[in-house]
Amino acid sequence: MDLRFTPEELAFRDEVRSFFRTEIPAEIRRKVSEGRGLSREDMVTSQRIMNARGWAVPHWPLEWGGKDWSAIQRYIFTEEMLLAAVPLPLQFNCYMVGPVIAAFGNQAQKEKHLARIANLDEWWCQGFSEPGAGSDLASLKTKAVREGYHYVVNGQKTWTTLGQHADWIFCLVRTDPAAKKQAGISFILIDMKTPGITLRPIITLEGRHEVNEVFFDNVKVPVENLVGEENRGWDYAKFLLANERTGIARIGLSKERIARIKRLAKEMPAGEGVIWDDRDFRERLAEVEIELKALEITQMRVVAAQGKREDGKPDPASSILKIKGSQLQQATTELLLEVAGPFALAAPVRQTDLSNDWPFDHDWAGPAAASYFNNRKVSIYGGSNEIQKNIIAKAVLGL
Amino acid sequence: MDFDLSPEQTQLKDGVDRLIAATYGSLDARQQLAREPLGFSETIWMRFAEMGLLGIPFSEEEGGFGGGPVETLVVMEALGKGLALEPYLATVVLGGGAVRLGGSAALKERVIPGVVEGEARLALAFTEAQSRYDLNDVATTARASGDGWVLDGAKCVVINGDGAGHLVISARTSGSRRDRDGISLFLVPADAPGVKIHGYATQDGGRAAEIALSGVAVTQADLIGKEGRGLPILERVAEFAIAALAAEAVGIMAALHGLTIEYLKTRQQFGGPIGQFQVLQHRAVDMLMALEQARSMAFYAAMMVDHADAAERSAALSAVKVQINRSCRLVGQEAVQLHGGIGMTMEYLGAHYFKRLTMIESLFGDTPHHLRRVGAAGGLAA
Repeated sequence: MDLRFTPEELAFRDEVRSFFRTEIPAEIRRKVSEGRGLSREDMVTSQRIMNARGWAVPHWPLEWGGKDWSAIQRYIFTEEMLLAAVPLPLQFNCYMVGPVIAAFGNQAQKEKHLARIANLDEWWCQGFSEPGAGSDLASLKTKAVREGYHYVVNGQKTWTTLGQHADWIFCLVRTDPAAKKQAGISFILIDMKTPGITLRPIITLEGRHEVNEVFFDNVKVPVENLVGEENRGWDYAKFLLANERTGIARIGLSKERIARIKRLAKEMPAGEGVIWDDRDFRERLAEVEIELKALEITQMRVVAAQGKREDGKPDPASSILKIKGSQLQQATTELLLEVAGPFALAAPVRQTDLSNDWPFDHDWAGPAAASYFNNRKVSIYGGSNEIQKNIIAKAVLGL
Repeated sequence: MDFDLSPEQTQLKDGVDRLIAATYGSLDARQQLAREPLGFSETIWMRFAEMGLLGIPFSEEEGGFGGGPVETLVVMEALGKGLALEPYLATVVLGGGAVRLGGSAALKERVIPGVVEGEARLALAFTEAQSRYDLNDVATTARASGDGWVLDGAKCVVINGDGAGHLVISARTSGSRRDRDGISLFLVPADAPGVKIHGYATQDGGRAAEIALSGVAVTQADLIGKEGRGLPILERVAEFAIAALAAEAVGIMAALHGLTIEYLKTRQQFGGPIGQFQVLQHRAVDMLMALEQARSMAFYAAMMVDHADAAERSAALSAVKVQINRSCRLVGQEAVQLHGGIGMTMEYLGAHYFKRLTMIESLFGDTPHHLRRVGAAGGLAA
């Protein structure tokens, strides 16, 4: 048992650390750190710099641009990215549709899409949830009816993150209405420019446009856009969601935010001194830091065990990453809100970067409330924490 | 980065697991052992010695086996699972730790071989009526007298203090009650004139003692470390104690969680196993998360307990104790609740796990104590 990195792993860490901190524009990293949100261009710029280095999709198969990194290297890479406040490559591209096409798509689909997905030449969004299919995703109703060389798609998707930027959407659609729930679902790729698609913004509570509803009205999708086999879409979706779990605890992100909270608490006046002088505050922060340290070790255990588990059973430690990780992300935004204090009240005028037109004493506090509000989502999306507990109870505890 | 045990460590684990299963196979067997005069079985203690468990942390030059924190973790986890009563913590980790970390070569030669062979048992007497968890709060005095000192004072809740041949006692050779300097550690025979030991049972089925010291004469040869420089040794011992308790707690929590899941699957109400109810399932998952977070921190303790930077090490071990305490509280309380009435009974093994978890919280610093320390340190090193 040795919890330290090897000299080779440390050298790798230094290499990626230096890359992230010198090659990704400081302005983009500042926006991430301050919770100001990114433009489409920021995302594209950052991902293309990574892709030019060959690092946008290291977890993909080698022939499609992946790296033969160990699980530990992949872990180090993601953590360093988060610690440097570098935006993750677009999740829908790199962690969702890309791996699915690489694993289940046909050669034509791979050649058409994969390189463009890695370089963010195509922006993808996700069409899974529906108004009536949230936690119970398999009850989805959007249907695709085969007519000659096309599927005709009708229905509605929702919570489509950054769909306003998207060129393509990957959808779960019902292709066999007679089959039982999970059995009649297919995974198809739809060009967002196809006639019959309407996108309607949903403004989330902090005032920003992050998610959308997508309506499909007799949308004709060529049959070659079916991924894998018809009615096997649920299997591909499960594969995708397992991929999504990579780095889901976002330890590096919470660590970066804690470091920032400490810096701000040492500057923000309070009483005779600064917030940091308050013993209670430091203890509240310490509580979060301690749980985060425990979760970091838990994540390292999962990483070290990857590939070693032979029984195919889920690692009990991995199952807690999403729940605890989301709780700790939320806890850090609560602490940031506390440090901002009354200065979090002003709602910034510009939603694009949460900035103001007038000089503001504590300008950094502008996004604090927005970030707190927005982060309530992390215990809801990707399978709510309650659904996660159902899964653990069944799969790990056998209840 | 690797969390696997080496082949030797796996062998150690298998051996100690087998011994514990054979000797602590049932709650009845354990309660029987607890009724022995010293609160544990001297026969089993000698088996510990034969297996080499008592020599683990001592170097080969000292007469031990040169094991590290991971070997101690393996043993403590197994002892936790069995709710073992033997004074392993008191002798090997606490008393033995003080001698190992602070003693002169001559003192080590006098003490350690006896510990390793199972002939000598130790206890660490540091808590006082006013000290709570502050190791520097020492009112017991050591007054210079001739070549040596004379000890006067009282020590409280000395774990296994009535089963030890020698006591390691903190006493003040100079300074005032809460000074960091001026504390010295002495090795004192339990039957030395002026030592009065009042032993009693503890809530978790173990033993402790109140110890009165009245004109107890000690010599230069009994001094552990330098005069007045005992606190850093005590603090190191406390760090090793936290690492050991973390592993013990993990062994207990894993066993208690297992019992609870088994109960949820077998207890029938409303026409089926109660584990079918979602509200109970989620609480069982909360227990699992607390257990796994504690396990991670037990590993972290094993990693950090020999870390070179003292400030980082100290904050790390305090963080470990906070997480362990929190997990002990949650897993213990939830286990009793999910068991319902049976969890409230003396005849149920789970209740005894719960009691030991609760006592672990109060050893070497409770949650507020260690949270304060982490806060004062400005948090953890990245």
